[in-house]
Amino acid sequence: MVNTKVNLCGIQLDNPVIPASGTFGYGYEFAELYDINCLGTFSFKGTTAQPRYGNPTPRIAEYAGGLLNAVGLQNPGVDAVIAEELPKLAKCFHKPVMANISGFSVEEYVEVCRKLDACQQVGWLEVNISCPNVHGGGMSFGTDPKAAAEVTKAVRAVTTKPLILKLSPNVTDIVTIAKACEDAGADAVSLINTVMGMRIDLRRRAPLLHNTTGGMSGPGIFPLAVRMVYQVSSAVKIPVVGMGGVSSAEDVLELMMAGATAVEVGAANLVEPYACKKILEDLPVVMEHYGICDINEIIGGVHHG
Amino acid sequence: MQQSIFEICVNRPLTETTWEMVLRGDTSAITHPGQFINIKLEGYYLRRPISVCDWNGETVTILYKILGHGTEAMTHMTPGQKLDILTGLGNGYDPEKSGDAPLLVGGGVGIPPLYGLARRLRGEGKTVTAVLGYNTASERFYVEKFEELGVSVHVLTADGTAGAKGLVTDGMEQVEEYTHLYTCGPEPMLKAVYAHCRTSGQFSFEERMGCGFGACMGCTCKTKYGNKRICKDGPVLEKEEIVW
Repeated sequence: MVNTKVNLCGIQLDNPVIPASGTFGYGYEFAELYDINCLGTFSFKGTTAQPRYGNPTPRIAEYAGGLLNAVGLQNPGVDAVIAEELPKLAKCFHKPVMANISGFSVEEYVEVCRKLDACQQVGWLEVNISCPNVHGGGMSFGTDPKAAAEVTKAVRAVTTKPLILKLSPNVTDIVTIAKACEDAGADAVSLINTVMGMRIDLRRRAPLLHNTTGGMSGPGIFPLAVRMVYQVSSAVKIPVVGMGGVSSAEDVLELMMAGATAVEVGAANLVEPYACKKILEDLPVVMEHYGICDINEIIGGVHHG
Repeated sequence: MQQSIFEICVNRPLTETTWEMVLRGDTSAITHPGQFINIKLEGYYLRRPISVCDWNGETVTILYKILGHGTEAMTHMTPGQKLDILTGLGNGYDPEKSGDAPLLVGGGVGIPPLYGLARRLRGEGKTVTAVLGYNTASERFYVEKFEELGVSVHVLTADGTAGAKGLVTDGMEQVEEYTHLYTCGPEPMLKAVYAHCRTSGQFSFEERMGCGFGACMGCTCKTKYGNKRICKDGPVLEKEEIVW
């Protein structure tokens, strides 16, 4: 028997596998397919203060290594999430859930965090300062260390729950941003959000996505995720939640060796609805294959030379 | 929704651009005409959503049009090849709403899901009329198949090379009375059909999808009753809820 339990900011996870925000809805589409209580936890759909329709379609495009999305934070708004989605979720998921939060101003982040802080079901607040698909908010907080620190400090003041800042790879130096969040009181950072990209329809000579640009996800960004998780975890003392193109149990172990305490799985859920279940079935077998008895022993355990 | 492995039995061209594929496997998740399946193709990250043309206890038939690399790659597949497919996706048409004399209006590659619906409605003894629109004579497919079901078929082509010259809405004018309308086709056609429709109706929409089962919010549209996901809450919308 191998141990897959990890501790993420004081809350024990049965395993480090976490479906990423925006690929798992509020859980019930997947609860129809398998018992989602097998997961460590999951990060629910990014939530804002007001309901959002998101961007016009087409919102989805493809590339050789995965997909691009420009959904633009469609969600019913925090009040509806608390009144409707969380009670529905309580029926099929009995573990603390990770609340994913977005905003267009510091005040909005604070408002949403304060409301979700009051929900018992919520274990962690994952604050997204890295959405590339909205204008005038989202990623602009995650590309400037001062703005990142400002959001972190403001939401820190309204929650005692573990606070995770979700970072953008679309920056010159992600380490500086991560450190700014750490210094401002973040309990952890998660990375990487999607990588900004673009595709063009040759026939129409126009962007494939209505939003022109979109966020790349899928196996094509995995090496970028490994590199950034490695760099950030080497520079900060707080835990790092790794993500970006994770598709297999081997990928989970690789990101953990790079320094991740837990691992989020995104795009894979959309093309393989049973992806996380499969990863969890494979994980003990793959751990044994590599002689890993306790998954904690490999966190940040990449060797040099 | 169900994920399972299907084996290709038939893969043949019906016209220069439209192909028919028959797949053998577990079809039990398919419950309504107008639903779709989502096919994993080797070398492509996203699955390809394609409407169900017809199905029985053992096989499912799809008609697909060569529109990009993915569908082009499908034309090179051969019988015996196995495919990983999600089945039973989307709501599909509700045959209960048909009344005694439903009208089916299809344009181009929007015609396939209407075939399974027509077979179901004819099986229930309904008087079914179909208005089928194509660009040109050489792009016609399945006209005889509809006729074999006992459907009264009106064919229209945009260039007049077969049937009447005109659009499906011209064909609709020829049908004096119908009890309910079912339609599928490109969005401009759906919009025109909507304007001509004199009864209640169900309209099947198309959108670029990420997952095909309601998780990614990639294919959302606005309706009078709030946001709907084309893949999960659709692809069929009721006439009265559509917002153009």
